[in-house]
Amino acid sequence: MPQPGNSDSRSAVDILIASDRVPANARPDLLTEDDIWALLEAVKDPEVPAVSVVELGIVRAVRWDGKELSIDVTPTYSGCPATELIEELIIEAMRAAGFRAPNINQVLTPAWTTDWITAEGKEKLRAFGIAPPEGSSSKLSLLGEPDIIACPHCGSTDTEQVSEFGSTACKALYRCTECLEPFDYFKCI
Amino acid sequence: MTQAEALQEYLLRLADSDMILGQRLCELCGKAPALEEELALMNVALDLVGQARNWYEYAAELIDDGGDADKLAFRRDAHNYRNLLLTEQPNEDYAVTMGRQFFFDAWHYLTLKSLVDSSDERVAGIAAKALKEATYHLRRSSEWIKRLGDGTEESHRRMQDAVDILWRFTGELITPDDTDHIMAEAGIGPEPDQLASNWREMVNEVLTQATLTPGADDAWMYMGGKHGEHTEHLGFILAEMQFLQRAYPDATTW
Repeated sequence: MPQPGNSDSRSAVDILIASDRVPANARPDLLTEDDIWALLEAVKDPEVPAVSVVELGIVRAVRWDGKELSIDVTPTYSGCPATELIEELIIEAMRAAGFRAPNINQVLTPAWTTDWITAEGKEKLRAFGIAPPEGSSSKLSLLGEPDIIACPHCGSTDTEQVSEFGSTACKALYRCTECLEPFDYFKCI
Repeated sequence: MTQAEALQEYLLRLADSDMILGQRLCELCGKAPALEEELALMNVALDLVGQARNWYEYAAELIDDGGDADKLAFRRDAHNYRNLLLTEQPNEDYAVTMGRQFFFDAWHYLTLKSLVDSSDERVAGIAAKALKEATYHLRRSSEWIKRLGDGTEESHRRMQDAVDILWRFTGELITPDDTDHIMAEAGIGPEPDQLASNWREMVNEVLTQATLTPGADDAWMYMGGKHGEHTEHLGFILAEMQFLQRAYPDATTW
């Protein structure tokens, strides 16, 4: 798997990502909003470290006018215990890039949906052993049959639900009846 | 009562019901009947406590007396709590735990579904988030009612007993008072008659599929939770839940 920052020509952004403290020569005033999005790509979800907060769709907006930096984030679930940690990780990453006082705004509307997980994010989830959400959240029926979930290990669709809830609020527990491996499924909401 | 006062009251009811049911479910942490059930119960509890926080935060802003969500949750006594009596009932056996959950989830789902279109944007936003979670809760608890009701002889008997025990607390869910009427008229809360008939329809459908008999329409109903008149159980819940914050008020590190 390619590692971030391993490319031959390391950009200024890559160097900032690699550093864990404010570099003496940090010049946030030279960064654009696109650069900030790139920095945020390095902030991983603490519970699903395979994907970044951008790939998960948690970061909704970035505003940088050269003086004030403001980042909108949305929680995945109302009670998600990782929400505050994610905000801290974002602040930490921004401070490391030289931003003194980044503002983090929590926005509830529109409500987060698994539809916002990027295609790349879904692929990374699968590679990490978590089946990505299937289908669209808008097509969910209240008491209908669940979608067919493919095993992230062997790809078989002969799978069964073990538990509607898994190790975190956003996941359910499944088992593959083909390769017999248990796996997490990122629930579609 | 002004509309502003009614909104504060209404938000506290939503918050307190979420908070108390969440706390009740957490009692099963470490002693649920199966590992998968424990995961599920704790996740549902987590959702509810998270939703309670969102409602409390909004309520605290409107009350505007320098308090916050924590103060509302941990520094009010039982007579100031506005939760539905159903939510404070003890866990008992799993039929009661799931019966309580199902009656609540059906009400919660229908209420949130209506609040999504609330004229109050903040209410609509919190509800839209919570509805996704409540839908999942309802799907799960209604499946349990069917499995236990239409299961073995013993599971059927226990599930029917649970329905009979809990029925007396369900009237409060769908009996409106002044606050509910003011909220409905302002377009903030659900239309009470609609909510009541939808709830009855949903509950009857699931109970019928589960081969269970609902309580009588004219059964005696315990009410008062929404006005701070609670069963004896609430005091015990709060005593445990609020101990730390009462013993060390405003402590910033634990």
